[in-house]
Amino acid sequence: MTITALAPAPATQAGAASAALRRALRKALPGLSLAIIVGAIWAINPRAISYFGFTLMLNLAVPVALATVGQMCVMAVNDLDLSIGTFVGFVGCVTATFLNEEPWLGTLILLGCILAYAVLGALIHLRRLPSIVVTLGMFFVWQGLAILLLPRPGGHAPAWLHALMSLKTPIVPFPILAALAIGLVGHVGLMRTSYGAVLRGAGGNPVAVERAGWSLLKAKMAMFGLAGVCGVLSGLALIGLTTSADANLGNGYTLLSIAGTILGGGEFVGGRISPIGAVIGALTLTLAGSLLNFMHISPDWQVAAQGVILIVVLAARVLINRTGAPR
Amino acid sequence: MSSSPSVIAIAGAAKSFGAVKALGGVDLAMSAGECVGLIGHNGAGKSTLMHVLAGTLAPDTATIAVGGAPQAAYGVGLAHRLGIRCVFQELSLCPNLTVAENARVLHASLTGIGWRRRAARLIGAKLDEIFPRHGIATDAIVGDLPIGKRQMIEIARAFTVTTDPLRLVILDEPTSSLDAHTAEQLFAYLRRAVAAGVSCILISHLLGEILGTADRVVVMRDGRIVTQGPTIGFDRSKLIVAMGGAEAHDAVPAASASPRSDAPLLVRFRPARQGDGRELVAREGEVIGLAGLAGHGQTDLIIGVFDLAGRRSAQGEVNAPVALVAGDRQSDGIFPLWSIAENIGARSLAKFRRGPLLSSAAEDELAARWKARIGIRTPDMRNPILSLSGGNQQKALFARALGSDARIVLMDDPMRGVDIGTKLDVYDLIREEAKAGRTFLWYTTEMDELSHCDRTYVFRDGAIVAEIGRDALSEDSIIAASFADETSAADVA
Amino acid sequence: MSRLGTKLLAQPWLWSFLGAIAVWIAAIVYTGGVGAGGMVSATVALAAFSALVGTAQMFVITLGPGNVDLSLPANIGLASAVAMKLMDGNDALVAYGLAGAVGSGVAIGVANYLLIRLLRIPPIIATLSASFVIQSVGISYGRGLQIKPPPGFAEATSAAVAGVSLIAVAVALFSLVTGVVLHRTVFGRSVAAIGQNPRAARLAGIPVERIRLMTYALAGALGGLAGALLAGYFRGSSLDIGNEYLLTSIAVVVIGGTAVTGGKANVTGLWGASLFLVMLLTMLNTYGVSAGVRLLVTGLVIIGVIVAAGGEKTAR
Repeated sequence: MTITALAPAPATQAGAASAALRRALRKALPGLSLAIIVGAIWAINPRAISYFGFTLMLNLAVPVALATVGQMCVMAVNDLDLSIGTFVGFVGCVTATFLNEEPWLGTLILLGCILAYAVLGALIHLRRLPSIVVTLGMFFVWQGLAILLLPRPGGHAPAWLHALMSLKTPIVPFPILAALAIGLVGHVGLMRTSYGAVLRGAGGNPVAVERAGWSLLKAKMAMFGLAGVCGVLSGLALIGLTTSADANLGNGYTLLSIAGTILGGGEFVGGRISPIGAVIGALTLTLAGSLLNFMHISPDWQVAAQGVILIVVLAARVLINRTGAPR
Repeated sequence: MSSSPSVIAIAGAAKSFGAVKALGGVDLAMSAGECVGLIGHNGAGKSTLMHVLAGTLAPDTATIAVGGAPQAAYGVGLAHRLGIRCVFQELSLCPNLTVAENARVLHASLTGIGWRRRAARLIGAKLDEIFPRHGIATDAIVGDLPIGKRQMIEIARAFTVTTDPLRLVILDEPTSSLDAHTAEQLFAYLRRAVAAGVSCILISHLLGEILGTADRVVVMRDGRIVTQGPTIGFDRSKLIVAMGGAEAHDAVPAASASPRSDAPLLVRFRPARQGDGRELVAREGEVIGLAGLAGHGQTDLIIGVFDLAGRRSAQGEVNAPVALVAGDRQSDGIFPLWSIAENIGARSLAKFRRGPLLSSAAEDELAARWKARIGIRTPDMRNPILSLSGGNQQKALFARALGSDARIVLMDDPMRGVDIGTKLDVYDLIREEAKAGRTFLWYTTEMDELSHCDRTYVFRDGAIVAEIGRDALSEDSIIAASFADETSAADVA
Repeated sequence: MSRLGTKLLAQPWLWSFLGAIAVWIAAIVYTGGVGAGGMVSATVALAAFSALVGTAQMFVITLGPGNVDLSLPANIGLASAVAMKLMDGNDALVAYGLAGAVGSGVAIGVANYLLIRLLRIPPIIATLSASFVIQSVGISYGRGLQIKPPPGFAEATSAAVAGVSLIAVAVALFSLVTGVVLHRTVFGRSVAAIGQNPRAARLAGIPVERIRLMTYALAGALGGLAGALLAGYFRGSSLDIGNEYLLTSIAVVVIGGTAVTGGKANVTGLWGASLFLVMLLTMLNTYGVSAGVRLLVTGLVIIGVIVAAGGEKTAR
């Protein structure tokens, strides 16, 4: 006869304690890195820590934060969106042309973009495609469309958008308030709503979620659709700030958004995400750019600095994961 | 048993996976408030039947009626709405969500303002009811909890009720990660739930659990129900006979001239969690059995020996090349895109080298030799490995190990789901090879196979608890050692 | 005969060759037959570079799900600068320069592997972040210097005999070697085994980590070599000389019938796909379409092919 079953759980108290410690450390990591960057800026250039300084330094934080939250949605269902950068650029071009001149048509195009994202999610799910290859293809599709629309920099931001993005809020600078709002909306939407739990569950254990009677297709489409929404908002915000568009405006956002999500405590697989963390990660990266300027690091090395920051954060994560977990 | 219309009735359920017939026409009807114990050998079709009932697997043919009403488009969603729940052996919780959020995933109706509080109350109350003093916080992330707690959550979740009724709960090896105390709590609760009218199917390898809990026993073999009836009419030995465990007993090999205590030592290994000084020792030409309940450290030992090949460390020494025969073919053994010959040759690549290149003639020669020796049924060894049946794929994995230069062959429960014909072929081969000087470390979950071993080590909690010679070997001695409590860690050797 | 026919039709690479021919015909119909031969000759030369870089990517992708080298463009750019600097316009130093380019590629490959291994991050992120560092190194190393290749080297990279570019012949020969390496050496078999099932590969005694390291180093080396050759072909190094190979390298692998999920490589398909893609761009150029359309079409082609090929390869 066969003998199986009844394996007692090797649940040691120490294991649980170190798991709690690791979790606490990892939760603290995003805030900690933001604090370190702000501290470093303060040490080098104390005058930058002011209403005016933050307004200037965090100028581009809003579009970056939005793109990051979009990337996070895709990563929550174990995929990666390499096209979000050129997508933001394309949305920017649409905003500076169609949305400005023929608002209805512009709105329609942007809604179509969101739909395209949802369809992409469906395609990746149904055909079980590697998202890397598909979104790499989309990277060039969006870029091609953007160049077709605006072969050379130009266009105008709609006046209302420019007015919104250059809002002067009392006491706390607008970018900080906006980032806070993005983080809160993301947190409530994904971490607090009942369907948000299902969506994250679809990243954590797709089989279980499917067995509980949920449609994985819908979950994937929802998450990609949300990424599309965030990408559109990011493009809008970007054009509101720059007032005119350029097809290559968003190219850097792909890496920034991935780095921001990781920096904010998100994982590549397993549905572990944190919208507030992602926003903090985006702020950290934006400020890091200013810090590099203050440190007089030559522009040649600023690209490298982005890569290095990402590597350092991942290394820190590995170190934390090893803390008290001898595996 | 009540005579009310069946809660769920399935008739003529058949399902084949390729050439393997997993279910060959099964009829089963459950009454309200009935607990059925479902038992059978590996591959008897229990899991397939359970997946069909849960709607997670579409049968080739079957009629399913719930509460007397035939269900046309039966599937997961419908099964849920009809109140049929399943606790799968591989846990189906989302590790990245909290306990309460996992409850929400099961219940579509847990929405709107305050859903988190309601979900937490729902699962918390059920945990309190089934496992008093469970110590699980409803806002804990499931992935951070130990496996035992996760299984408790999984079970409690299956019994939570919101808007949909609860008719039937299927429990597949529910105690595999529970300690004795929590298992007892579970069975006490099961009896209460059944008394309250919930039906229940209990699948377990532990016959005591079945006999102590079920109202009716259903025994499956080869995809069919072979015996069923009120539990009163069965005892342990009757169940074993019904499962077909007895017939294989006459396959005991003639005692070979086994113990050669002067043969060279090939393996000496102490498990990482071994508290005392015991260690595993294997000499040239020995067949060593590794027994005990599944998941108690046998596979860890095999991997440990594999990694130590040709070296020595504080844990022990392994003095010859090793090869491993995987039990979980899909995840540990097969290269699905390759031919049979390439799969067999994977462990012997160095041997095929002629200059910088591999000789395909040498590879073909090895494949042809083992096709003849182990009897792989295929017209052409250059056919894809996936064109073979499961048993023949397993033979190819044996050929990979036995055809290599390894002196030590590690076997990780390699006969899982393998047909009896293949088994008998391989048993003969192992005896021959051992006679020729090869050493085997053989982890098996099938009691009969231990009779082929010169000595057997029994594992419990990651450590060796007994060493049993061939003469002293019996099912009782293995079970006694596997389950022994503090008082009797006897060495029967 | 008909069995041979159906077997041939089942080969994924066949379609890319047919596609290349179809596109070529479409192009010469447009030009009315003018420059048909020259078009082929130029296409074959450019396709050789795609095939070379594609070979690097193919080895990495064959390692299994998630394995991809996004640092190839930056690698090519840096290697082109390294090669031109070391050659210093002197034909006697060509071997020196080539060795330097390959060496810089190997170093990048090893660095990629170490990031993947030590930080346990997906290769896509490791190679992406590495590529940003490499870009900066390249900028500061080759700052503003547009060094010309040695005349002999430049000539050799663009020489053609009877319309067939020498570099294409060399890469074709190299592809033959690659095919043999993939199917008939321990290394090639090991890569395929790991790509199909890394756990089974380990348990079959294959040194998984060593093979991974070797594969990333090999991909880096091929990228470096391509960088040096491209600098010769285009008469000078440039940091963005490799940029277009980010998409192209992946596209030719996918279109050429190599399994995206790993474990099965296809060198013949690599050539078919390279010819197809380059011919497609040549055709779009003859039609005089804008850069936007070219990007759009390339993107759509790769999505179309991956959708048609599907991702579900592993048997479970």
